[in-house]
Amino acid sequence: MNILVCVRRVPDPAENEFRLNGPRTDLSRDDLVYSINEWDNYAVEEALQITSRLGGEVTVITAGGEDDEEILRRQLAMGAQRAVLVSDEAFVETDARGIAMALAAYAKKNHFDLILTGVQAESGGAQVGGMMAAMLDLPFASLVTSIEALEGNKLKVAREVAGGNKEISEMDLPCVLSIQTGINEPRYVGMRGIRQVASVEIPSMDVGALGIAAAELQPKVERAGYFTPVSGTGAEMLSGDRDDIVNELVERLKARGGIPA
Amino acid sequence: MNPIFIVALHQAGLPDDSVGELISVAKVIDPSSAPTALACGYGAELDSVCTSLRPMFREVWKLANEHFTGSNSEAMREALVAIVPKGSIVLLAHEHFGLDLAPGLSIKLNASYVPDVIAVEEGLKLIRQEFNGQFSVRMECDLSAGAVITIRPGCFKATSTASAEGVVIDKSAAIPTMTLHRRYITTIPAQVGDVDITKQTVLVSVGRGIQDQENIGLAEELASVLGGAVSCSRPVVDAKWLEKSRQVGSSGATVSPKVYLACGISGSFQHMTGIKGAPFLVAINKNPGAPIFQFADIGIVDDVLEFLPVLTERVREVLAGKGAAVAAR
Ligand SMILES: Cc1cc2nc3c(=O)[nH]c(=O)nc-3n(C[C@H](O)[C@H](O)[C@H](O)COP(=O)(O)OP(=O)(O)OC[C@H]3O[C@@H](n4cnc5c(N)ncnc54)[C@H](O)[C@@H]3O)c2cc1C
Ligand SMILES: Nc1ncnc2c1ncn2[C@@H]1O[C@H](COP(=O)(O)O)[C@@H](O)[C@H]1O
Repeated sequence: MNILVCVRRVPDPAENEFRLNGPRTDLSRDDLVYSINEWDNYAVEEALQITSRLGGEVTVITAGGEDDEEILRRQLAMGAQRAVLVSDEAFVETDARGIAMALAAYAKKNHFDLILTGVQAESGGAQVGGMMAAMLDLPFASLVTSIEALEGNKLKVAREVAGGNKEISEMDLPCVLSIQTGINEPRYVGMRGIRQVASVEIPSMDVGALGIAAAELQPKVERAGYFTPVSGTGAEMLSGDRDDIVNELVERLKARGGIPA
Repeated sequence: MNPIFIVALHQAGLPDDSVGELISVAKVIDPSSAPTALACGYGAELDSVCTSLRPMFREVWKLANEHFTGSNSEAMREALVAIVPKGSIVLLAHEHFGLDLAPGLSIKLNASYVPDVIAVEEGLKLIRQEFNGQFSVRMECDLSAGAVITIRPGCFKATSTASAEGVVIDKSAAIPTMTLHRRYITTIPAQVGDVDITKQTVLVSVGRGIQDQENIGLAEELASVLGGAVSCSRPVVDAKWLEKSRQVGSSGATVSPKVYLACGISGSFQHMTGIKGAPFLVAINKNPGAPIFQFADIGIVDDVLEFLPVLTERVREVLAGKGAAVAAR
């Protein structure tokens, strides 16, 4: 089974304190630490586990710029056989539909039995996978928490629905699935592994090479500025040294039934 | 303006709470709009849904088809693409079904797609959140070919049932015959765990900030002196540090304790949506910019690993002191 996994390089929420830039059009991108989107790491692991059972190759792809290559290299170190960078200025301005279009164009030119994405990336859109599937006229399921291959070119797939219930379906291959966290335990990738793939050539192409005209990537949806949300009234922040805070908190807990009076 | 359609979710023959919320959204987008309900399902259950929707809509479009079993989004998309007029605005709830159906639907309708909208400002600026709720962003979208918009549940006040006395129009005959490539089999209910976190008065809830399975003991000690239990956010379950039954949130349990101590939890909406009944919410987080501080009653910027043992000790002292005072009497 040959599998394409779509991966995205994102600012790591654990390693940065995010701030907006001056004109509030983006994060302040200086000195950000990036990593692979959490969901995509699970998707690559799942692809590796499937191909180790059934044979076949895993290809990782990202649509972005030259800087995004590092994430592909990390996934090669994890065990993916191939990596492809679609690098184009057009991605700076385009929307999720444009990204999906580029990824779908690559998928169409090459044969894959299965295409995996993460459920969502840093914008919380959860849209690229479902869009790609529609563009390719392939079946799609989101929020996938288990995949089992069946006889006759089919999969048994579990989706996670409300309350942690699992919806089980059968799907024909090829298909597109968006992978939810927790589906597996992604393997550790060390610096040593990354060094071993340091000299692997990663092919790079622009959208023209995929047969997409720049005009098709005109965004239908655009950001008109970020702001910091003010939801609710905001917490009353307790300050002082730790002992004072603890004493104050204990009093509050007593008053609110958290500590038996 | 573009006609507005609402995909009406339903369960056990009754419309979902999101339907009233989506009507409110339609009114904000276009105060003069009379949105149309799209009710997909089959059999007697669908008929009773349609009846319940009549007071809320001028028109209820009934789409009956046996392929809709198990909320099969592939089948519903085929039907909606054939039936929804070009240029429409289609509203859905941003939950597990909406995010299964909506992105592909937008492509097939050649419409813009804006997911997970939390507010709508004048000039049709759609507000959504990025970076796990740390920042909001205003979106502008091209409406020339219509739009598919999913709305985060609970962000709009539902329009209370009016007496629209709408008509039910059966559009089922317009549903094309289809061969499904995704076939629903069954639904497996979530596993029940050792502790029922939905029945607790006090929850000490740990997130990724607890950093290691070993540190969960710190939360367990505090929970035990407070007479509560430990719950958690999703990454803690993904890492297999706690059982799934301890997870609070949209894909876990809905809890309603009196006191909720969020320890190293950032405050994503999927987590917060599982906390109901307005508990006294205390957040301990080392990042002063964490979104959880927008929701909490009390915020403490500190390292949970250092803070929790000190708090546990203090509570012990207080309880022992009380015991001693009673004994001395
Ligand atoms: C469809 C879907 C369903 C989901 N369902 C759920 C759900 O049911 N429940 C759920 O919880 N999530 C759910 N999620 C995931 C959700 O989006 C978030 O990713 C998750 O809630 C984040 O968990 P967290 O706050 O523990 O981790 P993070 O967002 O990583 O936050 C960790 C926090 O800990 C703080 N921290 C780190 N170290 C320390 C320290 N030493 N002391 C104090 N603070 C520290 C950090 O500042 C940070 O704020 C779902 C996601 C999707 C897409
Ligand atoms: N630029 C990109 N390159 C490759 N894959 C992407 C890109 N953006 C998003 N994806 C994939 O689409 C998934 C959902 O992202 P989103 O729709 O942006 O929330 C991600 O988890 C990735 O698998």
